[in-house]
Amino acid sequence: MSPLPSSLARHPELDLWIRIDPADTITLFTGKVELGQGLRTAIARIGAEELDVSLERIRVATADTRCGPNEFFTAGSQSMEDSGAAMRQASAEARAHLLARAAERLRARVDDLVVEDGTVSVRGGGARVTYWQLFGGRRFGCAATGEVPPKDPGEYRVVGRAARRVDLVGLVTGTTRYVHDLVQPGMLHARVLRPPSPGAALASLDDMPVRAIPGVVAIVRDGTFVGVVAEREEQAVRALCALRESARWRESESLPPEDRLSDWLAARPARSFRVEGGVAGDGSTEALPPDPRAAFALTATYTRPYQMHASIGPSAAMALWRCGALTVWSHTQGVHPIRAALAQALGIAPDAITVVHVEGPGCYGHNGADDAAFDAALISRSVPERPVLLKWMRDDEHAWEPYGPAAVVEVAASVDASGRILHWSHDTRSNTHLLRALPYGDRTGFVGAAHREAGMPFARPQPATFYHAGIHRNADPLYSIPRRRIVKHFVDDTPLRTSALRSLGAYVNVFAIESFMDELAAAAGADPVAFRLRHLDDPRARAVLAAAVERSGFAHRTHAPGRGTGIGFARYKNQKAYAAVAVEARVDRASGAIALERVVIAADAGQIVDPSGLANQLEGGVVQSASWTIKESVRFDRVRVTSLDWESYPILRFPEVPELETILIDRPGEPYLGSGEAAQGPTAAAIANAVFDAIGVRLRDIPFTPERVRAAL
Amino acid sequence: MEEELELTVNGRARRVRVAPDTPLLFVLRNNFGLTGAKFGCGLEQCGACKVLVDGEARPTCRAPAPSFVGRTLTTIEGLGTPEHLHPIQQAFVDEEAAQCGFCIPGMVIGAADLLARNPDPSDGEIREALAIHLCRCGTHARILRAVRRAARAMRR
Repeated sequence: MSPLPSSLARHPELDLWIRIDPADTITLFTGKVELGQGLRTAIARIGAEELDVSLERIRVATADTRCGPNEFFTAGSQSMEDSGAAMRQASAEARAHLLARAAERLRARVDDLVVEDGTVSVRGGGARVTYWQLFGGRRFGCAATGEVPPKDPGEYRVVGRAARRVDLVGLVTGTTRYVHDLVQPGMLHARVLRPPSPGAALASLDDMPVRAIPGVVAIVRDGTFVGVVAEREEQAVRALCALRESARWRESESLPPEDRLSDWLAARPARSFRVEGGVAGDGSTEALPPDPRAAFALTATYTRPYQMHASIGPSAAMALWRCGALTVWSHTQGVHPIRAALAQALGIAPDAITVVHVEGPGCYGHNGADDAAFDAALISRSVPERPVLLKWMRDDEHAWEPYGPAAVVEVAASVDASGRILHWSHDTRSNTHLLRALPYGDRTGFVGAAHREAGMPFARPQPATFYHAGIHRNADPLYSIPRRRIVKHFVDDTPLRTSALRSLGAYVNVFAIESFMDELAAAAGADPVAFRLRHLDDPRARAVLAAAVERSGFAHRTHAPGRGTGIGFARYKNQKAYAAVAVEARVDRASGAIALERVVIAADAGQIVDPSGLANQLEGGVVQSASWTIKESVRFDRVRVTSLDWESYPILRFPEVPELETILIDRPGEPYLGSGEAAQGPTAAAIANAVFDAIGVRLRDIPFTPERVRAAL
Repeated sequence: MEEELELTVNGRARRVRVAPDTPLLFVLRNNFGLTGAKFGCGLEQCGACKVLVDGEARPTCRAPAPSFVGRTLTTIEGLGTPEHLHPIQQAFVDEEAAQCGFCIPGMVIGAADLLARNPDPSDGEIREALAIHLCRCGTHARILRAVRRAARAMRR
C-alpha cells in the first residue's frame, strides 16, 4: 500500500473521478481545465492505459463546480502531478473493482483475467464480459485506498506512445465551442465600459442617447462600473462606442515612470525575506562576508519590464441568473476559487453559484478571464432569465489584464582560483505575482467589483512565502555552491495590477542566474557548459544539458561574424521538469536586430505521457519567452497604459520564429513533472548568452530591442 | 436602419437583415452560426477572423457585411468538416499543429489562400504569407510544418 497522490487523498471517492457510462464509453472527471496545454489528452491517455480501454472510448470532463474533484487552480505546472497522478491511481483502483466483479461473473480467479479494450475474458479463451455489461451506469460507492498498484511502465501501450491529441479535429475545423461561441436561447450580448486609466473614476456619463440605440436592453451603472446589454453583438459594440464618447473621467497620475522602472522599484517600500530551501523566511538578509579564497568577484543587475499574457482572444464569459441562482460559463483557471470569489463579491451564497469551465483562448496564467466572469455575472443580474455573453474588446484585455510584474535582480558571486563558485548572492525585487480572483476578506480581486459605487477596495497583495512562490520562484540556483544568500524583496504596491504570468518569477530569476553563470565562466576563462557541469551534481540535470549541447553543436560552433550560440538551463521550481535550451542567433550590428535562427530544447519531465503534447508545451514556452525577451514591454505614461493593440504591443510573428528541435528524455516510472513553464527562463538566458557569443555585448535588460542592442554596442 | 442582404457563404445564398455597419464577422458568427472565425482584435491586426473572399484570405472583423455582397465567401466550416477534412486541416491534425486553437481557423484560411496562389511555397514565402496571423501559444513551428505537408499533399 502506498500513499495516495495528493489530489486523490483530498478527494478519494472514485465516483468523483471515473464513471463507467451506460454503454461503451468511460468518462473521466478532472478538476483541472484545458487551456490548450493538452490536459484532456494526457488525462485520457492515463485513464485508457490503467483501465485497459482504447483512447476512443474515453471522455474527459474538465472542471465544473457541479461534479468532479475540486483541484483548485490549473496553474503552476501542477496538472500532471496533481490530476495526472490521481487519475492514474483512481483508474488502477477502478479497474481492480471491475475485475473483481468480472471474476464473480465469469467464475474465474482475478489473476486469470485479461482485459482488451474494456472486455474482460478468462485467459485462454471462453467466457467474456464488458465493463459496461458489468457496471454500465453504476457507481463505485467507495474510496481509493492505495492498495492497488498501478501498471508497470514496461507494460504501457498508450502512455508515452505516439498518438494524436484528442481535440484536434474540433480545433482545425472551427467546431470547438469556446466560451465566445456559446449560444443559448434568448441570449443577450454585453460589453463593459472600462475607464481609460487604472486610476480613473467615472465623473459623468449621459447614457440617455445610448439607451435609445436600437437593441439596447439595459445599461448597468454602479459607480465606475458601466455595462451595456443588447439583443445583438454589433448593437452592444455600437452602444459601447457611444458610451466611450460620452463618458467623462477623473484621471490621475498613478503610474510609475516607464523609463526608470528599476529606480522606481528600488525606491518603493518593500518587505525583504531570506529564502532558504526555497521558502521565504525571516533569516538574515545581511550581505555575506567576502571569502579570502576568492580569486575574483562579480556583480550584475538584470531587469524585466511589465509584460502581458496577451491572449489572442479577449476574455469572455456567459452568465445567467435564474430564480436567484447564478450560472457562469468561463475560461477561468479555477472554477471553485472563482465561485467563492464571486459569492463574496456579489454577496450571495457559494451554493447559489455554478461555474462551468469552457475552453477559451490560451491564457498563460491569470489574464482577464476571471474579471470577465465577474463582469458577466454583475451585468446579467439586471436581466434575469436571459443568458448574457459578455466579451471584452481588444483594448480591454491589453489595458486591464494583470501583467507579469517588472523586476530587478542583483546577483553577486565570488570564484576561487580553480574556477569554483564560493558564494552566491541573489536579490530579486518586484511587485506581486499572485493576486488571483479569491475572496480577500472585505476586499476583492475583481476589477469590476472594485469599480462599483459601494464597491470593495481592490485586494492588497501579500507576500507569499511558500516554496518557490512568485518572486522567489527559481531564485535559488540548482548548482552546488557552498554559501548562498537568496533574498526576496516584495514591493507592496501595484499601480499596474500584476499577477501570475506563466513561470512567474522563474523567468527573470533564471534569466539572471543563467546569464550570470556565463559571465562568471567568461571571467574564469572557462567554457560555459564545463563551468555549469562543474557545479551540477544531479545526473538528470547533467543529462538534459549534455543533450542540448550535443544536438546544438555548441562545443564545435564556429564564430562567423555576428553569429553566436548560447545555453540556458533550469529545473522549474528546482523540482519539476528539467530544461536546457540552446539558441543560435544572428545579430545585425547596424540595425541592432536579433534574429533567432535555431533553438534546441532538451527536457526531462519524468515519465512521458504524451510525447507530442510535451514537446508542444516546451516549444510554446520557448517561443513565448523569445517573444517576451526580444520584443515585449507594456508601454505607459504616468496616467494611461498606451499598449492597447498588437501594434503598440508587438509579439513575435512567423518571420521571426526560429527553427525548433526538441529532445525528450523519458524516465519510465518516474513521477510526471510539469513542463509548461520549464523553458521560459532558460530561453531568455540562452538568447542573452547567444548575443554575447555573437557580438561580445552583454544584455541585461529585457526586452533586447534593436535600440538597446545598438546602445550597448 | 436595417437592410436585407444576400451573401454567398460556403456555396449557399443566405439572406439576412442587419444594420449596414455590422461587421461581416458578427453576421457569420451570430446570424449563420459559423463560429469558426474568431474575434481577436477588431482591428485587422491578428488574422483570427479571416475567411476566403473570392479565394483571398481577408479579415472580417471591421469590414461591413454589405461590402461582401456578390462575393463568394468560404469560412473554415466551408473548407472541410470533421468528417471530411480539407487537406490543410488534415495536415494540421497530422502535425498536431495547435495548442489553444483560437488562431487556427484563421491560419488554415491563410494557408488555403497561399496554397491556391502558390502550390509549392518556400519556407520564407509561408512565413511571409502568415505574418499577419498571430499565435500566442508558440505553435508556429508546427503550423509551418503543417502548411508544408499540406502543400505536398495538395500537389499530388
